[in-house]
Amino acid sequence: MKRHCLLPDISQPGRIGCSLPDLDVPSGDLPPEELLRQELELPEVSEVDLVRYFTALSKLNYGVDTGFYPLGSCTMKYNPKSHEDIARLPGFTALHPCQPEESVQGALELMYRLQEYLTEVTGMDATSLAPLAGAHGELAGLLMLKAYHEGRGDKARTKILLTDSSHGTNPASVAMCGLETGVVASDASGDLGLKNLESMMTEEVAALTLTMPSTLGLFDPKINEIAQLVHERGGLLGGDGANLNALLGQAKFGELGFDYVQLNLHKTFSTPHGGGGPGSGPVCVRESMVDFLPTPLVTGDNGRYRFSSPPRTIGRIATFHGNFNVMVKAYAYARSLGPKELKRISEDAVLNANYLKEKLKPYYHLPYDRTCMHEVVFSGKKQKAKGIATLDIAKRLLDYGLHPPTVYFPLIVSGALMTEPTETESKETLDNYIAAMKEIARDAEENPEILHSAPRNTPVRRLDDARAFRQLDLRWEIKSQKK
Amino acid sequence: MLREIGVSSVEELFHDIPERFRNARFSLPPPLSELELKKELAQLANLNANLDDYACFLGAGSYRHFIPSVVEHIIGRSEFYTAYTPYQAEVSQGTLQSVYEYQSLICQLTRMEVSNAGMYDGSTSAAEAAMMACAITSRNTVAVLATVNPTYRDVLDTYCRGKSLSLVALESESSSLPADCACLIIQQPNFLGYFEQLDAYVQKAHDAGALLIAIVDPTSLGMFKPPGDYGVDIAVAEGQPLGIPVSFGGPYLGIFACRKEYVRRMPGRIVGKTVDVDGNPGYVMTLVTREQYIRRERATSNICTSQALMALAAAVYLAAVGKRGLRQVAELCYHKAHYAARAIGKLKGYSLVFPQPFFKEFAIRCPVPPSQINEVLFRERIIGGLDISHLIDNGMLLCVTEVNTRQDIDRLVKTLGSS
Ligand SMILES: Cc1ncc(COP(=O)(O)O)c(C=O)c1O
Repeated sequence: MKRHCLLPDISQPGRIGCSLPDLDVPSGDLPPEELLRQELELPEVSEVDLVRYFTALSKLNYGVDTGFYPLGSCTMKYNPKSHEDIARLPGFTALHPCQPEESVQGALELMYRLQEYLTEVTGMDATSLAPLAGAHGELAGLLMLKAYHEGRGDKARTKILLTDSSHGTNPASVAMCGLETGVVASDASGDLGLKNLESMMTEEVAALTLTMPSTLGLFDPKINEIAQLVHERGGLLGGDGANLNALLGQAKFGELGFDYVQLNLHKTFSTPHGGGGPGSGPVCVRESMVDFLPTPLVTGDNGRYRFSSPPRTIGRIATFHGNFNVMVKAYAYARSLGPKELKRISEDAVLNANYLKEKLKPYYHLPYDRTCMHEVVFSGKKQKAKGIATLDIAKRLLDYGLHPPTVYFPLIVSGALMTEPTETESKETLDNYIAAMKEIARDAEENPEILHSAPRNTPVRRLDDARAFRQLDLRWEIKSQKK
Repeated sequence: MLREIGVSSVEELFHDIPERFRNARFSLPPPLSELELKKELAQLANLNANLDDYACFLGAGSYRHFIPSVVEHIIGRSEFYTAYTPYQAEVSQGTLQSVYEYQSLICQLTRMEVSNAGMYDGSTSAAEAAMMACAITSRNTVAVLATVNPTYRDVLDTYCRGKSLSLVALESESSSLPADCACLIIQQPNFLGYFEQLDAYVQKAHDAGALLIAIVDPTSLGMFKPPGDYGVDIAVAEGQPLGIPVSFGGPYLGIFACRKEYVRRMPGRIVGKTVDVDGNPGYVMTLVTREQYIRRERATSNICTSQALMALAAAVYLAAVGKRGLRQVAELCYHKAHYAARAIGKLKGYSLVFPQPFFKEFAIRCPVPPSQINEVLFRERIIGGLDISHLIDNGMLLCVTEVNTRQDIDRLVKTLGSS
């Protein structure tokens, strides 16, 4: 098959990539002509050509199974294969969401147990599995706190405070709830500026939402003071729990003073990222917010399970009950972890990140030089002085067959290299990465051209984003061949 | 490693967590080994009545269709499923080119001009479309036809309340649109299975300066007129029927396509074709200034992780069935559903509720409450239709697709007749 071809290029009239049954009932009248489609132009591809085409495409990809993937904030840990097999059992995939509850007791029990597990791990009082990704969970959390304040007759609280290091979905979710954002600047050590919070925490503020640990990979030691201040002023403390990996088996959101937190099962609970989903973004809440949880919840009573809806629910946020098949994988993961194993995850994740930090600190600027949690954020400042952009460093890593860290995020670190090794990587893998990063630092001094022109060993080289934007080409087209 | 870091224990690395919060107690069941895990989860799976062992006539937004093996095998390649969002385009061409294929196939299928890379599911696609219409028209009222799937209307309600938009239900064709109407949302075919006068609604919306958002059934488009041919402004759909298992409700796929003029207002990821420094073709995420990671609170949506793997499944499915296959699937659904409807319509005490043309779903009126009938059916290893007696007296919504054999349908009819 030729490189660079697309489906229409391998399409031949009359071919098909599967076989379908003949009609086994008498056919009836056709519907009125005006409802019918005139033409349908889709590719016609044989099964073998289709398989070769997509297999060739898959080889252009890099996944966790390909190699080290320290994409910060994304927790690209290895996903055990047994979970994939389990998730494919027909007893999980061949269930219709509207089947009678008595016929899906196993599925409901699994959801119930996962709710309980997540509630325990976060130290909260209840969990809804309905949200379909992290950002969707954020939205649910914000809708709940809006309902909570309105339920108390307090309509003046229309503002959500966030930190300047927060993930882009945080402010975007606030906007989707029709609320305003206020940005609390971080202090010199990368923590929330308590003085800033003090002055901003007015009666307009519905909540402060914090990522814990932060996207700088730091745990804010003042968490207790922060929670107290927010609560004293009548606000709620919301958590973006995307970084739960660092806290597993160590500390609980509930005990830290959070009123709600959204989790990313596709990160912490090891469900594969799928090239950008599916995920699952449960929300876990304290007692005061239980009544507002998105519907449905699963309740259990004497070994019988059923769907229920909290009395003052924010309502339905997705068509059905959440990304069930992702929950199956997350539950399988959870069941393989007791308290000891859970703690081992955060320990290894934090150990790995600190190891990278110490080993690379001499070569890359470290804006916050302190113990980090599950990820470490460097900046490309040293190299920038030599005319090397952070992007050049990232692209050069590709030539080593490594996936780069998250770059240019969080925004408060200029030219950020946000590196999250995760707990599933060995010392040898880290050493290999460290060696590559050292060589890159040296090349930045001695051989900058090799960085500017990277990557060279990838299926394509640097792509022209500006052209993609200016000359929008978002699809191919097969025109109808009507006679 | 500890030595290199300069600490004597791993606990020291957690010193930023105040003492009082550290070492929280976790009461969890003892962990399972892989062998035990598989056993325990297989036991849970076996507690469910899986549809491989039952004849099932449920639809209502989740549809059983035949999935060629090739779909599962391709999305099961770990280069696809263990990657993340293609931030590094040079090593993500597999995902990016697949998305470009997906976008193209969705445009061909819907006859809309542009498609994004997919949303969470059908209902959230509809809600995001409503938000987008409000942004485009600078209006704050969303009208939805009463025959739209009630769960979609619930989701719309949740999103609209969040944004303080008013959501108005339109009862019938003759009702007039509210002033300040940003969009009219209709489902084709509708929740009750029958086709709406879509052209009339498009006209009505456009006359009022509003956009028309159509929720369509992608399988029906193998046979029926696509939204693009009706002049629809935004077409959304549940993509699950395209090669994705019913999986107790998720993961599914939100199809989202619109007119080209609105592309910069679209939510979600969009992939575009470009060239690399050597002039070779390649693909990148484009129009990223719409997205949360660039635009933060001014983004068109908060969506980040979506359902990329499900979009890949849909692309492979559409390519596998192709032009002929999709038409054949649609025709099988149509004729089998009509065969079932004719037979049920002749049963004593049963009747079809609506005379309008339908595709694969139809509402029937039963002689007794549908819950009773479903119990009888279940004993015969048949999962009956959705109980819609809250909408229609003793109403049941049935769905028949190509996976229902004539034998299944005959068994359904016979059991209905004797209950
Ligand atoms: C810190 C943080 N918050 C929120 C999100 C959003 O989660 P999702 O992509 O699942 O919507 C992410 C990841 O993308 C994240 O890293």
